[in-house]
Amino acid sequence: MTMTTADKIQANLNKRYAAERRFRSYGLVSVAIGLAALLFLFLSIIGKGYTAFQQTYVKLDVQFDAAIIDPQRTRDPQTLARADYGKLIKKTMRERFPDVKNRRDKRKLYKLISPGAVYMIQDMVRNDPRLIGTTQTVWVPADDDVDMLIKGYINRDEPESARRLKDKEIAWIDSLAATSSLEKRFNKTFFTAGDSREPELAGIWGAVVGSFYTLVVTLVLSFPIGVATAVYLEEFAPTNRWTDLIEVNINNLAAVPSIVFGLLGLSVFLNFMALPRSAPLVGGLVLSLMTLPTVIIASRASLQSVPPSIREGALGMGASQMQMVAHHVLPLAMPGMLTGTIIGMARALGESAPLLMIGMVAFIVNVPEGPLDPSTVLPVQIYLWADTPERAFVERTSAATLVLLAFLVVMNGAAVWLRKRFEQRW
Amino acid sequence: MLNQKQAVLLESPAQTNDVPPPAPAKIQEPDTKTVGRVTVDKPIMTTRNVDVYYGEKQAIIDVSIDIAYNEVLSMIGPSGCGKSTFLRCLNRMNDTIESARVTGKIELEGHDIYDKKTDVVTLRARVGMVFQKPNPFPKSVYENVAYGPRIHGLARKQAELDEIVQTSLQRAGLWEEVKDRLSEPGTGLSGGQQQRLCIARSIAVNPDIILMDEPCSALDPIATARIEELIDELRQNYSIVIVTHSMQQAARVSQRTAYFHLGDLIEVGETSTIFTNPQEKLTEDYLTGRFG
Repeated sequence: MTMTTADKIQANLNKRYAAERRFRSYGLVSVAIGLAALLFLFLSIIGKGYTAFQQTYVKLDVQFDAAIIDPQRTRDPQTLARADYGKLIKKTMRERFPDVKNRRDKRKLYKLISPGAVYMIQDMVRNDPRLIGTTQTVWVPADDDVDMLIKGYINRDEPESARRLKDKEIAWIDSLAATSSLEKRFNKTFFTAGDSREPELAGIWGAVVGSFYTLVVTLVLSFPIGVATAVYLEEFAPTNRWTDLIEVNINNLAAVPSIVFGLLGLSVFLNFMALPRSAPLVGGLVLSLMTLPTVIIASRASLQSVPPSIREGALGMGASQMQMVAHHVLPLAMPGMLTGTIIGMARALGESAPLLMIGMVAFIVNVPEGPLDPSTVLPVQIYLWADTPERAFVERTSAATLVLLAFLVVMNGAAVWLRKRFEQRW
Repeated sequence: MLNQKQAVLLESPAQTNDVPPPAPAKIQEPDTKTVGRVTVDKPIMTTRNVDVYYGEKQAIIDVSIDIAYNEVLSMIGPSGCGKSTFLRCLNRMNDTIESARVTGKIELEGHDIYDKKTDVVTLRARVGMVFQKPNPFPKSVYENVAYGPRIHGLARKQAELDEIVQTSLQRAGLWEEVKDRLSEPGTGLSGGQQQRLCIARSIAVNPDIILMDEPCSALDPIATARIEELIDELRQNYSIVIVTHSMQQAARVSQRTAYFHLGDLIEVGETSTIFTNPQEKLTEDYLTGRFG
């Protein structure tokens, strides 16, 4: 019996369909693995980080004792600023737990309250000196150990010697909790403060502002330079050995490890040009060097995608080369250029290695007030916190990562939106 | 595409095989092997011994032809014969191709357009171009037409510009269709309308010559007919050089026809003569559909 052509095709067809089904399943498996990894990442970060958005506060009935704050009753701001507000808190705590007599125990008792409470009380008095002599109910941040216990990160079943909080301290905390003097509140400090050695006082605002200044410098430098370079290379430069060389080098630069740009920044901007260390200005300069190739490559791709018919149309009308570019090509290429730039900026926002080299890894408490102030950036802040031993910094590390991811998602979303909104079709 | 060797093979029969070059065809002056009269009495543009090279490859070989006032000159020939290349020499659009090199002399009303002193911007304002694929700018209908006058500073006031836009659209026979949608994007029009918009755009700067590179090849028969009518009307004010693949179109719209073959200008003549009584065998073969 002979096989007809149709039979042969049929036999072959089954094989082809099987291959197609196999190929599809490979694809599905790959997508599933990718999604699972992403899901795991997000669940892990959110699971660890979300508790950092709350912080335990302690209710204290603080007696603003005039004898301690302002014995002479001058209400002199100097005196008010120098007064020992710690004494007020200590006194309040002693009154709250009258059974504690021993000096060492007292010290432990005072430690349940964050050192930041002192500044809170001080601020209250500075803002309203009439408080002196009265007794006020004040919610002050609890120490990070208390916070950890309340959030369930300290295991009460562990032997006392292995625990950060001893039985006595736990008993005090429980007693505070029983009288509803402990409360988890929204952690405003985390979003408004700079870095701190005390987890309950540490915030990301300093890093956010540092990142902002750094990115502004990066954007201001890399966008115009990148676009001008791309336009020149794409529209005006003749094709010859020099432009080929430049093109190859731009592509190479895009692949240079970012820490190398950090070393370059260290030797050129800090050592040679003597610019300030740890400053967002230098960070921005270094990151622009890193972002420029990305912006140039994206901009060139975007220029290349403008159809030649538009250029011919403009030139055929008697437009000069410059008019053709400015009136027709650039407007059409702009969405692509902006998208490329935003993606480059998102990369710069997530970059830490080159910034370590120029000193943006320092411990800086103050929120920077300009691009010349020492500061750090979000990813470096995450790196710094990840390095600290306190348990409370673990959740803050994850929370800061969440904030960074949120910024990145917003930036990439903006890129997608821009592309969709302004994309031209022919 | 045919290469150089095949070109020789194809051409050789016409040159060697019998048929002595018809004596009356070569009427006068330019030294050329083209059959028929390449000159006209009052030319607006003259081209003499034009060669075009793309790198090493020669795309146009020694072409001389005149373009008269108020005439439609059609250029026909098989694909790759160089007619578009030659057309693009006339407003120096070949300048945009880096490897392209043009020699010979092309004069617009006595001025060498390849002279160093000639500004390509002025030249292109005087020699407009309509492309194969309608390529309106992705801007409004109004902006499309107003673009040329604007960059060349032809209108001082908004009212003047409005008038230029209206007149150009009217001449391009598009005004009635778009007068209520001047602010809508030009790319939203139909293919035929887009092409007429491109014609309006080029006549808005009031050129002397309009070059058309297969302007109807992307259009349906009705839109094509509309453009052909328009070409006939435009002849009152402009000289038009049109490259076309459709011999019927050439027969319908043009007064003179030039037949190109592999970079050579084979034959030029009155359209009616060329179509009814071609002198060259190559022309005849092409017109009768023996190749092409």
